[in-house]
Amino acid sequence: MTAVSSEVREFASRKYHYGFVTDLETDVAPRGLNEDVIRLISAKKNEPDWMLEWRLKSYRHWLTLEEPSWQKARYAPIDYQDIIYYAAPKPKVALASLDEVDPELLAMFDKLGISLAEQGRLSGVAVDAIVDSVSVATTFKAKLADVGVIFCSFSEAVQNHPDLVRLYLGSVVPYRDNYFATLNSAVFSDGSFCYIPKGVRCPMELSTYFRINAADTGQFERTLIIAEEGAYVSYLEGCTAPMRDKNQLHAAVVELVALDDAQIKYSTVQNWYPGDAEGRGGIYNFVTKRGKCAGANSKISWTQVETGSAITWKYPGVILQGDNSVGEFYSVALTANHQQADTGSKMIHIGKNTSSTIVSKAISAGHGQNTYRGLVKVLRSAEGARNYTQCDSLLLGSDCGAHTFPYVEVKNSTAQVEHEASTSKIGEDQLFYCRQRGIPEEEAISMIVNGFCREVFKELPMEFAVEAQKLLSVSLEGSVG
Amino acid sequence: MLRIENLHAKIGDNQILRGVSLELKAGEVHAVMGPNGSGKSTLAQVLAGREDYDVTGRVLYEGQDLLALSPEDRAAAGVFLAFQYPVEIPGVGNLYFLRTALNSVRRQRGLDELDAMDFLALAEERMTLVEMDRSFMNRSVNEGFSGGEKKRNEIFQMAVLEPKLAILDETDSGLDIDALRIVANGVNALRSPDRAMLVITHYQRLLDYIVPDRVHVMAGGRIVRSGGKDLALELEEHGYIGLEDQAASDRSTPVGATP
Repeated sequence: MTAVSSEVREFASRKYHYGFVTDLETDVAPRGLNEDVIRLISAKKNEPDWMLEWRLKSYRHWLTLEEPSWQKARYAPIDYQDIIYYAAPKPKVALASLDEVDPELLAMFDKLGISLAEQGRLSGVAVDAIVDSVSVATTFKAKLADVGVIFCSFSEAVQNHPDLVRLYLGSVVPYRDNYFATLNSAVFSDGSFCYIPKGVRCPMELSTYFRINAADTGQFERTLIIAEEGAYVSYLEGCTAPMRDKNQLHAAVVELVALDDAQIKYSTVQNWYPGDAEGRGGIYNFVTKRGKCAGANSKISWTQVETGSAITWKYPGVILQGDNSVGEFYSVALTANHQQADTGSKMIHIGKNTSSTIVSKAISAGHGQNTYRGLVKVLRSAEGARNYTQCDSLLLGSDCGAHTFPYVEVKNSTAQVEHEASTSKIGEDQLFYCRQRGIPEEEAISMIVNGFCREVFKELPMEFAVEAQKLLSVSLEGSVG
Repeated sequence: MLRIENLHAKIGDNQILRGVSLELKAGEVHAVMGPNGSGKSTLAQVLAGREDYDVTGRVLYEGQDLLALSPEDRAAAGVFLAFQYPVEIPGVGNLYFLRTALNSVRRQRGLDELDAMDFLALAEERMTLVEMDRSFMNRSVNEGFSGGEKKRNEIFQMAVLEPKLAILDETDSGLDIDALRIVANGVNALRSPDRAMLVITHYQRLLDYIVPDRVHVMAGGRIVRSGGKDLALELEEHGYIGLEDQAASDRSTPVGATP
């Protein structure tokens, strides 16, 4: 027992490998939030009036809201006037092509293992790189344009594709949706935009890489993905931030729209700075992610691997509106040190014969607290709807916790809803078995944890499954005392 | 190869081993028999490095202090335990697990790691020893295996890892006669002049198939009798009755220096 305890303690105080700060010249808005700051953000982006109006409408609504407190997470009150809402690395020159991206920025992404060179290691993946509040580079734009795929920063989309943005912005997550989504609607500064035209299978993985660099800033990005009839896209987001003593707020909104027969696969590897061993610093990751299967036979699939953030609070969901549409949610959430995660999914069944699957794997170590919270709602119209939910929790050590709060509302008697849940401790027997076969303790824990997560990892695109496994292993690195 | 001297082990206040001494030479197969609760499985666990026990005494393995090594170092040094209850590891492929184990051991021995192809060739060859079906090799480690499949999997792992000292803990328990024969054939095929085996069993029937050089009888946490293979037959006839009384009376006399 003693050996495992020390192992678990070490695990809980794992190192964060992305905590460096890059010295970038940054253009920042004044600290605090008011209508002037919102006008400033909008002006910086040269936005049309309708966009500014939408922001202001959101801001005014936000002022009437109270910060929610029902989640199972504890943190000191956030001072919204002490946050910088806009920070952008200053471009040295106006960018005409990738070759002109600030070498400091390229070096930063290289250090993060993300190649912005189009012939890089992940050459089959187009990347939109977002630093603090703005997109700094998007790769493979030209190649994607050949097949009609639009992949660009949100700011560019507002300029170049205003009709699409206007049509879909807020159509899945309305500006009134919730406290943080409403805040995001007022102050969002950038994000990715992606449009797959009718019948097109996007020829490569698309990904957005988010990096918070500047201190005391919040990151409020907004992503909008639209898959037209019969289109397919696989999309990945990754995120890291420097180690800072102060908590930083990340309140993003992601909206996905899938029309008839369209498929969107959205994968997240989230590795925001989790705070130190005593729970100082780290990112508050309060994110609203939702997809709408607007068309018949459409499918939206969320896969997330959450290893970072001081607090993670998100419920990627799917509104299953089209008949026979399919929603999926696969999640691995790791909480160590003093990390807290309250995460799960929402599946709203509206159309006939809609089906959804939720597989949640929670791993807790140290003083980590991991909560699954999920809603399965079957409306009266959802004849023949089906849901399968499985929540498994793995505990490493005795100071951590796992909690499950499933909510089920069924208004149609033909619906089938299944829920399975399990909680287990990492087995002494399993560890001893591995070690007796010659596998060192650290590798054994990593192997057992990865095995526990396999159902979710196999849903990730190949390269990212490898990344995710590495991330869990890195988290375990140096864990034998 | 293995010399156990006056080995004691306890969990909390529960003294389980009370002075076990045993010597095992390369090439030999020794059986350890005894009633339930006599300490047989504890002996196996302590030799393999299970950390739940307070252990005193001395165990020399190829001249080094075995008790000072971690379980994985013991494995690298060639100690293998076939578990009485093989453990399930969900989501970890059986072959992947075994390749990781083999390569960890090879690394620690300063040998090159085997790549996937070479490993597969080796695994396929050794699989035939225990008549294992390829289909369950890519299933998760022991998950959903029948009792017999689990035990065959243990012997298969042993065949791949090629230990110097193999400890088989009740490998026969839960096996029907056909599975018993398959497992025993696998074990016999692995007997060799430079490998020693300690076969722990409750019943004599395993020893019809795996014929030991020596038989030791444990009761009350120590070895109360040792003899040739005929001792097992004698026990089969008379049972373990009487041995525990003998162990109890031994306990009342101070435990002296071991031979």
